Amino acid sequence: MTGKGQRRIPANPIYELSISRFRMDTSAARPKTLALMPDATRPSIESLQKLILPAPLPLDCGQVLEHVEIAFETWGTLNAEKSNAILVCHALTGDQFCAGENPVTGRPAWWPRMIGPGLPVDTDRYFVIATNVLGGCMGTTGPASPAPDGLPWGTRFPVITIADMVRAQRALVVELGIESLFSVLGGSMGGMQVLEWALQVPDAVHSAVPIATSARHSAQNIAFYEIGRQAIMSDPDWRDGAYLVDGTRPDRGLAIARMAAHVTYVSEGALKRKFDRGLQDRKTQSFSFDADFQVESYLRYQGRSFTDRFDANSYLYVTRAMDYFDLASAHGGRLADAFVGSPVRFCLFSFSSDWHYTPGESMAITRALVAAGAEVSHIETQTDKGHDAFLLEESAFEAALRGFLEASAERRGL
Amino acid sequence: MSARTDHAAIATRVPDRARVLDVGCGNGELLDLLRHTRDVDARGLELDSADAGRAVARGLSVIQGDADTDLEIFPNDAFDVAILSKAIQHMMRPNHVLAELTRLAPRVIVSFRNYGYWPRRLSLLVRGTMPAKGDWYEESVLHACTVTDMLTLARHQGLMPVAAAAVSGDKIGAFKQSGFGRLNWAADDVIAEFARA
Repeated sequence: MTGKGQRRIPANPIYELSISRFRMDTSAARPKTLALMPDATRPSIESLQKLILPAPLPLDCGQVLEHVEIAFETWGTLNAEKSNAILVCHALTGDQFCAGENPVTGRPAWWPRMIGPGLPVDTDRYFVIATNVLGGCMGTTGPASPAPDGLPWGTRFPVITIADMVRAQRALVVELGIESLFSVLGGSMGGMQVLEWALQVPDAVHSAVPIATSARHSAQNIAFYEIGRQAIMSDPDWRDGAYLVDGTRPDRGLAIARMAAHVTYVSEGALKRKFDRGLQDRKTQSFSFDADFQVESYLRYQGRSFTDRFDANSYLYVTRAMDYFDLASAHGGRLADAFVGSPVRFCLFSFSSDWHYTPGESMAITRALVAAGAEVSHIETQTDKGHDAFLLEESAFEAALRGFLEASAERRGL
Repeated sequence: MSARTDHAAIATRVPDRARVLDVGCGNGELLDLLRHTRDVDARGLELDSADAGRAVARGLSVIQGDADTDLEIFPNDAFDVAILSKAIQHMMRPNHVLAELTRLAPRVIVSFRNYGYWPRRLSLLVRGTMPAKGDWYEESVLHACTVTDMLTLARHQGLMPVAAAAVSGDKIGAFKQSGFGRLNWAADDVIAEFARA
């Protein structure tokens, strides 16, 4: 790295790389690599940076988690006033490694275009914190963690909510000695956490950036995630959630879950542009159920590579938390009532071809925030990249986010 | 008229610390000026996402949306002043937009091209061609109108004219409380301020 302007920005790991790498023979048997049993050359999940919460965590479901560990990473330096902290919240399949390589999986940072020295979320200027969500599988307490009896929780783990995830993050932020965050930002499920933060502790959040998200899961959202959960639970290797005890892994179910969800993250236009009806490594159709089409091969690769890095039970729990998310229902059905008098500066971003969380969902949040009298901006970027656009190269989005943070920083006297 | 001159003239009609909505705010140049010279609480609505993004990058609160349909998101009397700078003639439903602005703020400032300007009348009379800046079919103005037309629409929406000024190139006339009929002949562009009756 020679200077800010010359920093090389790696291609996005979740989308561009996977598309360029998927051309491998999908029918060949592959060595069995297990997500939570990484190869010996890499550090284990247990070795990641964690903080044990000082008190038990009460959950929305009524249960209390006595022992909670939160895995987290930080970049940059916390200033003397502790006023420059930004919390980055990850999406369903993300983790705390938004700005640096995940040492366990070897996967590159999932938001390398956005976070780093001189980038919109400038680590030379801000102190960036990212956690693995409660219920996740990258070091934070979740269904793969040991229960009090020493065995993995499995489906004995209590059902959690987005609000529970945020309460856990709040406990960590307090432990770090930070009373007020300069900004909370995140896309997709990360955006839900951003909204929840602004709702739970409006006085501890200076600015909030919910990206490509929704204030409630639609019936369509729930439907797609139910397909995924059913795929996992139908896999004989799931063993009613006790697969870690039995030494099996419901990889087939988890891969199908990922495939179904992945379709909702890309637009039809992008699929047509990249694949259309192109055939994979063959000149003619095989008249079989092989992956004749490139799009099939791509999806199979997406599903299979996902099982190497994600826990099936975590997938059940985290998607369930998203399904239960409905900010308005907790406030008499009116979203605006949830935000009345909010001092938080909001800046929402949505993407025109996103059919997972549509621009209309962001506009509904914007409308509620305006009605509540909050300060709000909303930009809908024109793109054919679908829901995943927030992770990809979208220069107008990046410039607007950078400007919003800079203007907010000026206001906060940073 | 140059944007800067137009904006400076509008700024003279906005009270200090007012809550201002600029509909069709573009990249936020006018709101930025108002924020710095009048210390206003500046909000904007802009259809073009690139422009809206540039306005947000200036630190302004701007919502990307369509004035023809999205003004309904703002509550009644949410603002002290609503501004439509060189935008109303490009709207699909100018009457609806003006009605919405009347609902949102007690004061409304509108700037527009005056098709009653005598050279435009003469051009149509003598040459028999439409007064457009370029080719008529490339004209971005959807609803051409005169000062008189605008006053009629405003009165219909319950707005009374407070003052208006002629704009010609970089020259801005004085804001006057009368003489609108003369303005309808003599003004190239017009900035008009209205108040709820």
